[in-house]
Amino acid sequence: MALLRRQLAEEREDTGALLELRDVAKEFLTRRQRTKAIDHISMRVQNGEFVCIVGPSGCGKSTLLNIVAGLEHPSAGRVLFDGRPIVRPGAERVVVFQEPALYPWLNVRANVEMGLKIAGRNGADRKRLAERYIELVNLKRFSKAYMHELSGGMRQRVQLARALAVEPRMLLMDEPFAALDAQTRDVLQQELQEIWARTGATVLFVTHNVREAAILGDRVFVMTPAPGRLKREIGVDLPRPRSPDSHAVVDLAARIRAELEHDIYAVPSPEDSYAI
Amino acid sequence: MPFRVLRVVLFYLALLGLWQVVAMLHVWPKYVLPPPNEVWDSFWTYLRSGRITDAVEISMRRLLIGYFIGLVAGVLIGMAMANWKWVDETLGSAVLGLQSLPSVTWVPLAVIWFGINDKAIIFVVVMGSVASIAISARSGMQQMPPIYKRAALTMGASRLQTARYVQLPALLPSMTQGLKLGWSFAWRSLMAAELIVATVSLGQLLDLGRSLNDMSLVLAVMLVIVAIGLFVDFLVFGRIERFVQERWGLAT
Repeated sequence: MALLRRQLAEEREDTGALLELRDVAKEFLTRRQRTKAIDHISMRVQNGEFVCIVGPSGCGKSTLLNIVAGLEHPSAGRVLFDGRPIVRPGAERVVVFQEPALYPWLNVRANVEMGLKIAGRNGADRKRLAERYIELVNLKRFSKAYMHELSGGMRQRVQLARALAVEPRMLLMDEPFAALDAQTRDVLQQELQEIWARTGATVLFVTHNVREAAILGDRVFVMTPAPGRLKREIGVDLPRPRSPDSHAVVDLAARIRAELEHDIYAVPSPEDSYAI
Repeated sequence: MPFRVLRVVLFYLALLGLWQVVAMLHVWPKYVLPPPNEVWDSFWTYLRSGRITDAVEISMRRLLIGYFIGLVAGVLIGMAMANWKWVDETLGSAVLGLQSLPSVTWVPLAVIWFGINDKAIIFVVVMGSVASIAISARSGMQQMPPIYKRAALTMGASRLQTARYVQLPALLPSMTQGLKLGWSFAWRSLMAAELIVATVSLGQLLDLGRSLNDMSLVLAVMLVIVAIGLFVDFLVFGRIERFVQERWGLAT
């Protein structure tokens, strides 16, 4: 508690970035051993950027996202959001989860309104904003539907609308399309590009899908496992909207894949324990 | 649908017929097993004199107040038990102990504490129903997908908001059985208390039947209790179950 209060009281630091991670590490204590999930993570995200983190499962990319979300706390290093340390989850950093984290007793509109209700907005405001974002994700016809009546892709759209409705300063997306079929994923990737262009949101997007990272990112961080480290940063200045089959995207995806493969087959250094 | 209704009606008619036949065979004397028509007469007499309606009104009021208090307290205690380990280890063990205690054992204490009145009986009903509801609420919280809470937290919800907007409604499907269990425990406690604490009530009518050796009155009151039970089950718990099936998509 004392630590928390001290951190809250800390002065705002001018970092010149919306999000800054400085040498962040996270260790998990299992029964017998200490496992480093991520280590030496440093990165900056500017306002309005779309940043992807791509890596194999178990590389710690979700841990990294959870730390930014405030759902987990780093064992070492500093995480600054708008110059202030992140101490807890907050509506300025909303997460879109891989699993449909929606409430089955509420219909689409009430689900989208949930974040606004938490923020204490009045009924008229909630309705207006919810309707705007439901329309943005093309679910207008389904605003009265309940979750079990929707397909996987539609549920992820509801999650996206719910996150956007609170107008967060940063959208954290944790493999949101990983559980969807390939066609639905293609459609949603295109829609997300449009929505991003229209809302100007700042996005931190975690995925294991190299092509997804190539389609969506302004910058792509390649993350390698055991312990999770950011191995390479790739700037992407391809025109948008990017099609999944364009040569440039396919080439870039191949480049990212080559970076990853090199490391997946590499022998880990003996002092690091496996996190998988 | 009409066939299913017919089947149910036929079942009860057959049961009634069997009862009538057994009673007419005079295997047991009439005061031991009165035939259905005498039970009906008894029911009708006491209904027309207003004693059954009075008793139902008073007993139902006690039951509803007691169950409501037990429900609110039970859900709060159960949620607290799931939320804080120290509550589970302290209050939680007391709740487990309470559940193994027959609620009728509270009657002497209740009479001393509150006197021979509604409060004493309501207290017994609360003590009888609160533990099972609390235990059901705790297990419902533990079965709840953790993503519900995480999603609420990332939208900036406080602990209280998470409990109110997310965890409370999310408890409903896993708690439907617990709510029913609490209701039946509440009934049992009510009858036990009313049989001992003699004030105008269904329990007192039962006791009256016993002292007058009037088994037709006893059976009439039992049938009234069964009828109320079925009615509430259909009207309240049936509705909750249908709502859960609709919203959560568990309908077949």
